[in-house]
Amino acid sequence: MENSVTSFLPVLACLASLLAVPLILIFRKEPVLREASTFLAGFAKFGFVVAMVPVILSGKVIEYTFIEGIAGISVPIKFRVDGLGMTFALVASSLWIVTSLYAIGYMRGLKEHSQTRFFSFFALSLSATLGVAFSGNLLTLYLFYELLSLSTWPLVTHHQDKEARGGGRTYLSHLLGTSVAFGIPAIIYTYVKSGGDLSFAGEAMLADSEMSYLQGVVLLLAFAFGFSKAGLMPFHSWLPGAMVAPTPVSALLHAVAVVKVGVFCVIRVITGVFGTGLLEKLGANLVLCWVAAFTVITSSLIAMSQDNLKRRLAFSTIGQLSYIVLGVALLAPYAVQGSMMHIAMHAFGKITLFFCAGAIFVATGKKYISQLDGLGKVMPWTMGAFAIGALSVTGLPPTGGLLSKIYMIRGAADAQQYALLAVYLISSVLNGVYFFPIVYRAFFKSPATGTLTTGIKEAPLACVLPLTVTAVASVLLFFFPGLLFDLTSLMLPGK
Amino acid sequence: MGDQLPAIIVLAPMFGAMFVALLGNRDHRVCFPIVFASLLISLCASIAAAQQVYTTGAIDYFMAGWEEPIGIGIHLRIDALNALLLVLISVVVVLVSFFSIRRAGEQHTEKTPQFYVLYLLLCVGLLGISITGDAFNLFVLVEVSSLTSYGLVAMGSSRRGTHAALNYLLMGTVGASFYLVGVGYLYLMTGTLNMQDIHAILQANDAVSGSTAVIIAFLFILLGIWIKMAFFPLHGWLPNAYSYCPSTSACILAPLMTKVSVYVMIRVMIGIFGVEWVFVHLGWSHLVVWLAVIAILAGSMLALAQREIKKMLCYLIVVEVGYMVGGAWLSDPDHWGLTGSLYHILADAMMTLCLFLAAGIFAKRLGAVEIKDLEGLFKKMPLTSIAFVIAALGMIGVPPTAGFYSKFYLIRGAIEGAHWEYVAALLISSLVNAVLFFRIFEIAFFGNKPAEGHGHDDHHEDESETQQGQVGDSTLLGREPAWSALFPLLTSAAIIILLGLFNGPIVELIRESLENLPSIVATQAD
Repeated sequence: MENSVTSFLPVLACLASLLAVPLILIFRKEPVLREASTFLAGFAKFGFVVAMVPVILSGKVIEYTFIEGIAGISVPIKFRVDGLGMTFALVASSLWIVTSLYAIGYMRGLKEHSQTRFFSFFALSLSATLGVAFSGNLLTLYLFYELLSLSTWPLVTHHQDKEARGGGRTYLSHLLGTSVAFGIPAIIYTYVKSGGDLSFAGEAMLADSEMSYLQGVVLLLAFAFGFSKAGLMPFHSWLPGAMVAPTPVSALLHAVAVVKVGVFCVIRVITGVFGTGLLEKLGANLVLCWVAAFTVITSSLIAMSQDNLKRRLAFSTIGQLSYIVLGVALLAPYAVQGSMMHIAMHAFGKITLFFCAGAIFVATGKKYISQLDGLGKVMPWTMGAFAIGALSVTGLPPTGGLLSKIYMIRGAADAQQYALLAVYLISSVLNGVYFFPIVYRAFFKSPATGTLTTGIKEAPLACVLPLTVTAVASVLLFFFPGLLFDLTSLMLPGK
Repeated sequence: MGDQLPAIIVLAPMFGAMFVALLGNRDHRVCFPIVFASLLISLCASIAAAQQVYTTGAIDYFMAGWEEPIGIGIHLRIDALNALLLVLISVVVVLVSFFSIRRAGEQHTEKTPQFYVLYLLLCVGLLGISITGDAFNLFVLVEVSSLTSYGLVAMGSSRRGTHAALNYLLMGTVGASFYLVGVGYLYLMTGTLNMQDIHAILQANDAVSGSTAVIIAFLFILLGIWIKMAFFPLHGWLPNAYSYCPSTSACILAPLMTKVSVYVMIRVMIGIFGVEWVFVHLGWSHLVVWLAVIAILAGSMLALAQREIKKMLCYLIVVEVGYMVGGAWLSDPDHWGLTGSLYHILADAMMTLCLFLAAGIFAKRLGAVEIKDLEGLFKKMPLTSIAFVIAALGMIGVPPTAGFYSKFYLIRGAIEGAHWEYVAALLISSLVNAVLFFRIFEIAFFGNKPAEGHGHDDHHEDESETQQGQVGDSTLLGREPAWSALFPLLTSAAIIILLGLFNGPIVELIRESLENLPSIVATQAD
């Protein structure tokens, strides 16, 4: 039995950004103080998360019960921090600071309206994200999962125009609809089947229960589609729809927080609800593998045909999310660890790419790939960072994306699923095919005649600095993956 | 004093009503203090009684010491099943009395005392229905509450309200008569009107409990209650009655009338006929659950078709009644369905209260009757919107609101009782609720016709919009209503969340009452 420590730290980490909301509202007329409170909360949050790292690395878990449950009747609301939750929390809380800086540059650069509302809901959604990362049972997880869907809706529909309304509708109908239609029954069925156990601590909930192959497949798919933030096809279209949001939202929420919450939940379901043992016995995981594999290939193909830069990035994200789902569904230890690491690796790479897309938009007003010819010469920092981000997401050295991908591929080999291994390889090629032409256009093509590049210069510093930081981080993760490796190893008791 | 709690709960508002009738006409200003004081006494007494029930067990109280079954005495009984309900009713009526302060004064000044008399008598009826241990007294009290509610509905200035009240009166009378016929049959068969005595006789005498007459009695009683609670397709009177009456009347009737009727149904099933007899002997459970499924689906569709806010909420009541009837009849072995229904009585009363209070405020402050009138709501009244959003999320079933947990227990019961059609109906209705409320949120957030073009390539600059944003921001509270309306609204929203967060202890109490069913039906050893 693992030893656990009771500490209020996870609650504090969660509350830090929630407490920023009243501050942001109070300072709604003083933009400087308002943004300062966002930063204050960001650093406080990151500090609380970092403070927990040593405890987690020593092999313990941190627990805090918010509201006690009553055995057989109610489920507690409980926080529990383990290696996986820690990995995710580190990624989300560190990137929030960077994104806040970027958001200030972006929102002010474009003179966006209702910035107070924007920063308030941004802080709220970060609380929900950490809540998911630190939840100690399936019900708490679901609570924060829904809170995240709801708190990001005003961000997605920020522009309040017709397009935003459509995007917002798709967003909520997919996220809320699937979680109610598939998620709730799956959770309650698990509750009944496991005899009232929804806790992630100890053995997997359903590890000892009798289950037929069909029951296993249906329940697994109900969970995987119920947590549709993971973007598995056919419930993926909310993500391209959400691209109507301002770019900081797309960057942090739709490349990192929201979507990673989706795959995080799927990982929790596979390791915490079913347990790898039960799934292996049933063989139900292969169905999910193939759904994910289909999503990987299809989304890569669709991405190739998108001219809108943010949409191309969105379809790329859908593919990368399914990498993670595929990795964990393979059940091989290397693949599981690789997919956990990929949460972080992909986060840094993809947020860089979105930052670049936003910086280009702020500086030039362009959002189509076909307009980017020759942009590398006027915006060298931005496009340079874009190249690094593209390397990382494709999985090429010297970036962190390579490491996690190697782990997943090795896991596929261990599981002797050579067809799925091929999926990884083919899709890597496809990633290259849809990213590198952009880099090529920017640096090696001369601007089309008739378009004026004069007068275009780098985006504001508040935009360029964050994307440089995340690009550098992607490279550093290649050379120093130690912490990430240690944290994810904790989740594999068998290895 | 402590022994007299059950009497105090019912008598306080009754004497209050007398005082209002005597003194109110001279000076309208004395009405509210009397109303508030008498309801507060009820509230304190019911909390004290609930505490007593959970520490020492059920309280049996014989009015004036006339013990049944010798004559038609008045037997009041507080046990684990109704203690929470009494607290709920008194909380709701106290909250709504705040809401009445302004509106009653403005809308029908010369009728203020009359309004408060009816209001207090309605409270007597509702509390009495919950507390009585006698099948015939129950009929009397149902009539007390119904007659007063006809008056409350008709009090509005609109002609449609009067029509609705007439319709309500006709249907309500039919319902009450059905119930009375049923009780008559029971009296013929058992010779008693006391619930516990009837139950004991039915238990002991198989010939009686197996007879067709008893089944007919049950059928009449059930139909009568179903009319009273607006169980689809017997719901026809409800939408007009609740949407064309004065807001204060709607706020008291909508959360309580149907819910108390559901309690009566459960009380009759458990306390008079016995769970065993209803589920095993009758075997109607599949049929009723299917009726509930139809009620849920039909109610949802009708709600979707509404353009008026209050009408939509009224059809949601019809849906929720379907939840509770279905849940009560799931007949799963561990009674999780009954647990869910009883918990949902509390949860739904609070959610309905919050929604109707909000709708009343919208009508008053914004003149918003139809959904499309709610443009820009979030900016105009942020606090009211927050409360409205919380109640809406409760209706959809988002944790940690009470609405989520009642669905949790109901679905648990349905899975254990293998009623998959009921699971599906609950989920569909959750989705429909999501559509219903996000349709409102969209209009509140975007306006009816969202601006074209903002966020487009070439045209971002929106000085005007920034300006507008600042103007909206500058008055943080916008056009919020007076505290007397905000207080009950925000309190009910807070209770929705607290009820959800602390669902464990509440459900534990409900479970205790269901696990010790004999203690529900038998008098304490005296």
